[in-house]
Amino acid sequence: MVAAGSKCRTCRGPAIIDLPRHNANFCAEHFIELCRRQVVKAIEQFDMLSPQDRILVAVSGGKDSLAVWDLLTELGYHADGLYVGLGIGDYSDTSADKARAFASERGLHLTEFRLRDGYGYDIPTAAKATRRVPCSACGTSKRHVFDKATLDGGYTVLVTGHNLDDEAAVLFGNTLRWDVEYLARQLPVLESKPGFPKKVKPLVRLSERETAAWCIVRGIDYLVDECPMAAGNKHLAYKAALNSMEETSPGTKAGFYFNFIENMAPLLAGRTMPQGLELGTCSNCGSPTTGSLCAFCHLVETASAHAPVPVELVMKKGRGRR
Amino acid sequence: MKVLLRNPRREIEMDGPRRVHALLTKLELNRESHLVIRNGTLVPGDAELLDDDIVEIRPVISGGA
Repeated sequence: MVAAGSKCRTCRGPAIIDLPRHNANFCAEHFIELCRRQVVKAIEQFDMLSPQDRILVAVSGGKDSLAVWDLLTELGYHADGLYVGLGIGDYSDTSADKARAFASERGLHLTEFRLRDGYGYDIPTAAKATRRVPCSACGTSKRHVFDKATLDGGYTVLVTGHNLDDEAAVLFGNTLRWDVEYLARQLPVLESKPGFPKKVKPLVRLSERETAAWCIVRGIDYLVDECPMAAGNKHLAYKAALNSMEETSPGTKAGFYFNFIENMAPLLAGRTMPQGLELGTCSNCGSPTTGSLCAFCHLVETASAHAPVPVELVMKKGRGRR
Repeated sequence: MKVLLRNPRREIEMDGPRRVHALLTKLELNRESHLVIRNGTLVPGDAELLDDDIVEIRPVISGGA
C-alpha cells in the first residue's frame, strides 16, 4: 500500500516517485511528462537540436544512453545509435545485448564497432599497457570513435546521455583542481569545429535517479550493473560527496551546475586552450591535436602492441561494493 | 521481506512493515543514489513495505566520466 500522503503533484493519484529537489511526488504518467518537459527545455534553452538534424546517439546499453535515445525518438527526432564494444568481458557482452534488444524492439538503427576489431586493443589491455586508470583509455577511445563516426557518417550532431549528476560531478572535480581549460569546455553544447562534430547533452536537466526511473517506468531493460573497471574511481567519489549534500539540501547539484552555466561559463569563454598553444593536426589520423600525434593514436600505438589482457587481471581487489 | 541489493548482487531478509526511507536509512544507503522497486513497481519514499513483499534496491549511479 502506498501511504495516503504520497500523491502525485499534478493529478493527486498514487505517486510512484518522490523528487525532493522539486519538492513533489509524481505518478508514472506525470513523471514521464516532467522528464519530457525537462528534455525539451534543455534542447530549446541551449539550442541543441533542430528537426532537420541527422542525429547519432552514443549508446552504451546503460540507463542514460537508452533513455536519451528513447526520449528523442518519442519527441519525434530521427536518431541512429552507435555502440562501441570496449572488450570488458561479460560486462561488454551484456551491455551490447541490451543495446541490440532496445534498438530491435523499436525498429531503430544501431551500428556496432569493436575496438579490438578496428584498432587491435580493448580497454583492459589499454589500461595495462598505459599503466593508467581504465576510465582514461576508455574516455579517449570513445571520444575518438564517436567523433569519427559522426563526421564520417554525415551526421550533424552527436548526442550523449550525460545527465545532471555526471555534469555536476565533472564540474566538482574540475573546480577542485581549478582546471580553467576543462571548466571552459564544460557546456551542454559543444559546437562543431574542424575535426569535431557538434555534441549535445539533452539529459542535463535530469538527475540519474530520474533517468533510471524513466527506464523503469518505460520498461526499458538496461544494464544495471556497474562497469567493473569504473568501481572506485574519482568520478564516483565526487558523485557520492554531492549526493550526501543533496540528501540534506535538495537542489544542491542543480544549483551548482546551472549557476555555473549561467554565471561562470560566460566568463571562461575563449579559455579552452592554454595560452600559447595552438591546435595542429595529428600526423597519423588527421584529428586536431596540440602535439604531432593525438592522444588516441598514442593510445592505439601503445595498447595494440601489448598482448591481450583479460579484465580480471586489471580489476582491483575489493572494488565495487557500495 | 526479501530485499535484493546490487554491487555486489545479494539478497537479505528484513522485517516489515517498514517505510522505504526507513529501509534505506537502516541499510545506510543514500536516497538520492537509489530507487526502490516493490513487487516490480517503483515506489516513493513513504511507501510501506510489508513482510511478504519482494523489494529491489537499485543503485542509479554510474561511473564513467
